Amino acid sequence: MSSNTKASRIGEELWKTRVDKVNAELVTLTYGTIVAQLCQDYDGNYQEVNKQLEKMGYNIGMRLIEDFLAKSNVGRCANFRETADMISKVGFRIFLNIAPTVTNWTSDNNQFSLVFDENPLADFVELPDDGRAQDELWFSNILCGVLRGALEMVQMQIEAHFVSDILRGDDTTEMRVSLVRYIEDEMPPEEE
Amino acid sequence: MSYYFTILSPTDVPLFNIAFGTSKSGGDGIARFRFPDTAQYMNQFIIHSSLDMVEEAQWMNGNMSANLSYSPKSPTNHSDPGAGGNRYLKHIDTYPPASAYISAFLAPSGARFLLLHQPPNASGPNAMGGSGSGGGGSGIGGSSILGGSFSAGSSSRASASSIAANPTSPQTEEAVRQFMTEVYENYVKTVMNPFYRQGMEIRSAVFRSRQSY
Repeated sequence: MSSNTKASRIGEELWKTRVDKVNAELVTLTYGTIVAQLCQDYDGNYQEVNKQLEKMGYNIGMRLIEDFLAKSNVGRCANFRETADMISKVGFRIFLNIAPTVTNWTSDNNQFSLVFDENPLADFVELPDDGRAQDELWFSNILCGVLRGALEMVQMQIEAHFVSDILRGDDTTEMRVSLVRYIEDEMPPEEE
Repeated sequence: MSYYFTILSPTDVPLFNIAFGTSKSGGDGIARFRFPDTAQYMNQFIIHSSLDMVEEAQWMNGNMSANLSYSPKSPTNHSDPGAGGNRYLKHIDTYPPASAYISAFLAPSGARFLLLHQPPNASGPNAMGGSGSGGGGSGIGGSSILGGSFSAGSSSRASASSIAANPTSPQTEEAVRQFMTEVYENYVKTVMNPFYRQGMEIRSAVFRSRQSY
């Protein structure tokens, strides 16, 4: 797995040299407040909260990819497997200082899981015990949106969702990412 | 040893309370207070009545960083290893009729942690068996609070010679301090939970499960 170690090296290097650090509690509390506020605004409609978080992430991802590419200077990935490595070892590394494990590939190499050993967004968090949040709210759903937004900007349409979360009492926090299609460069529909 | 622990907000709203016992003396971690089951509210009365003492200590020492501790029973022992601005007030109040001892801890935000501890009924193995089988107080004193309390008071004098059961001994103080510090750490984590609002009752099962001695 040479690409694997290469990605780790790049991530490590960037984390040390190019990244401005910010206090972890600041991030955690800010994000937590956003989610809590959304839950309040949507009056406990957690499906809607998930959707909003995803949308916010999507908007973040679309910008973040630019920053990511500028910082990392990596070229185009040869295949989806390499993309996954980049996401985990470089992307998550420089923005959250974690490196989720890439695993559970499907045989066609179009779907994988990211297993989060730690999740800085969810520190201190306990989901509300109203009997529904445990089953409906994906607390870190913003990450799905970030991936979708970021990859869309580099011609990959993906679908991402969480399948388990430690906050809900599951053993692991796992996000499923599937490639829908590569977006071909389409000519803008011009009238002529 | 039976314990009753409560957290009060700066405005005296109870945020959390729990009763528990040691696995050592009770054998199963269940609190066996020397009140009849019908008088469990006595714990709350006793613990809340110590608030005056807590507040006196709180305001007498002025700013939060003062590391003085107010401790009426041991005025010479003023070393307080509390971290930051937290103050462990040690043993702060006693309710002799029930031989209930109360230790307090002040969080910098003004939250009060109060621990009521009641030493085992007696040190002898026979008496221990007696208290183990469903509460010595209710066994001896029947349903009368007075009777129960009286027997408790006399037996605590007997067991006061044993260090482990002596609530004012340095060992106990140290153990309680550790307990308070642990609770404080958990409390901080709870307060950091974005879904927890200031002044809300702490309902987290995780928090509850962590509070065992």
